[in-house]
Amino acid sequence: MINHPSAVELVDVVARWIDGVRPQLQGRDAFMARVAVNALGIASRELAQGRALEDAAIARYAELLGQTGDFDALNDELCRRLRAGEIGVSTPGLLEALSANLTAQIAIDQPTYRPDEG
Amino acid sequence: MSEVVAEALTRLAPKLGGAGAVLEAPQRLSGGASMETWAFAVSGPDGRRDLILRRRPPSAIPAESSDGRAVPLAVEAALIQAAGEAGVPVPPVPHVCGPEDGLGEAYVMGRVEGETLGRKIVGDPRFEAVRPKLARQCGEILARLHTVALPAGVELRTADAAAELDKYEEVYRNSGAKRPVIELAFRHLRDHAPKASQAVLVHGDFRNGNLMIHPETGVAAVLDWELPHLGDPAEDLGWLCVNSWRFGRADRPVGGFGDYQDLLDGYLSAGGKDVTLEKVLFWQALGSLKWGVMCLIMYMSMHVNKEAGVERAVIGRRVSETEIDIIRILERGL
Repeated sequence: MINHPSAVELVDVVARWIDGVRPQLQGRDAFMARVAVNALGIASRELAQGRALEDAAIARYAELLGQTGDFDALNDELCRRLRAGEIGVSTPGLLEALSANLTAQIAIDQPTYRPDEG
Repeated sequence: MSEVVAEALTRLAPKLGGAGAVLEAPQRLSGGASMETWAFAVSGPDGRRDLILRRRPPSAIPAESSDGRAVPLAVEAALIQAAGEAGVPVPPVPHVCGPEDGLGEAYVMGRVEGETLGRKIVGDPRFEAVRPKLARQCGEILARLHTVALPAGVELRTADAAAELDKYEEVYRNSGAKRPVIELAFRHLRDHAPKASQAVLVHGDFRNGNLMIHPETGVAAVLDWELPHLGDPAEDLGWLCVNSWRFGRADRPVGGFGDYQDLLDGYLSAGGKDVTLEKVLFWQALGSLKWGVMCLIMYMSMHVNKEAGVERAVIGRRVSETEIDIIRILERGL
């Protein structure tokens, strides 16, 4: 709802500023500035993609569990059943749902990460 | 603090480089509050000798009570020497410091030529020729390492798969996090733990990044002996294959440089026993799980230590990489 600038624009412009002064920094400050730019990149991607990720996760978990609820409630129930062994690797749709959620999360956390191709 | 080290090393120089040897400026390389690494050299009658000092300053928390995993530096040094005698490439350890040296807990290693940066080892053209040999070399080296008998006076904890799962699950539960893949992994790995092998000396951190690689000869030294214990030999092979240490080469399962078959062939040909691909995959999955829990805990520590900074915050976003890698292993039928 809030624009001019949007949260993404604010985060991105700060990241660009840090990136710009980075060459003047040395040692640990230079390293930490790079980490900071990376952190803002994560925040920016999450602002852009996070809601779609959460909506999709809710839909997947609701189908898997056969119940409705908000993300936290569904996530808690999924964790409870997994811990109890009520569902597991052989449960139809489980690995697919987890894999789909994680693929979307990796696109936010570390877009260049290549998952195991074993 | 650096003056203390420089003065102590000046006094030590003749012991390391012969009578009349002098110290050349020591340089702090890395380390946190509890561990220091210094590069230095001594020049004496036999020429110049490049050395490394590993030191736990007297102000730091002793190893035994820090997190219950790292061993005292004298134990590290003794294990490096014992491994060297068993044919494992290791740096020479010319001196283990005593109280008279004024350095606290410390020992001196020779500097070994080569590269430890994982990204360079998997990608730099300088390593192209040697890269295909590394997985087999790692297998051979681990087979020898796993035969090392504990030196007199050295005692290590024993940790099989069940003990590792217990320990990390406790850490995870205490964190209060609720992560479905971590829940699935603890339960699945517990239900599918391979029968425990006879416990051997396990390096505990044998991975790309902790190996000194020479561009012509390959593995020149096994470094970072902080986490040795007695356990399942497949633990070391599995840890080497964790995707987080493949540095972007997810298609080369062994350290980002080689294949499972070469690692296993090397291991078995050098007399290694009790290791199968299935066991390696189990320990690889457990390795990803452990690294995921460690990332989670490192992130959470930032709430306690406000000075921990941006780095600590961002590492929490590496948990997802371990989760997707665990899923990939489970999809393959572990």
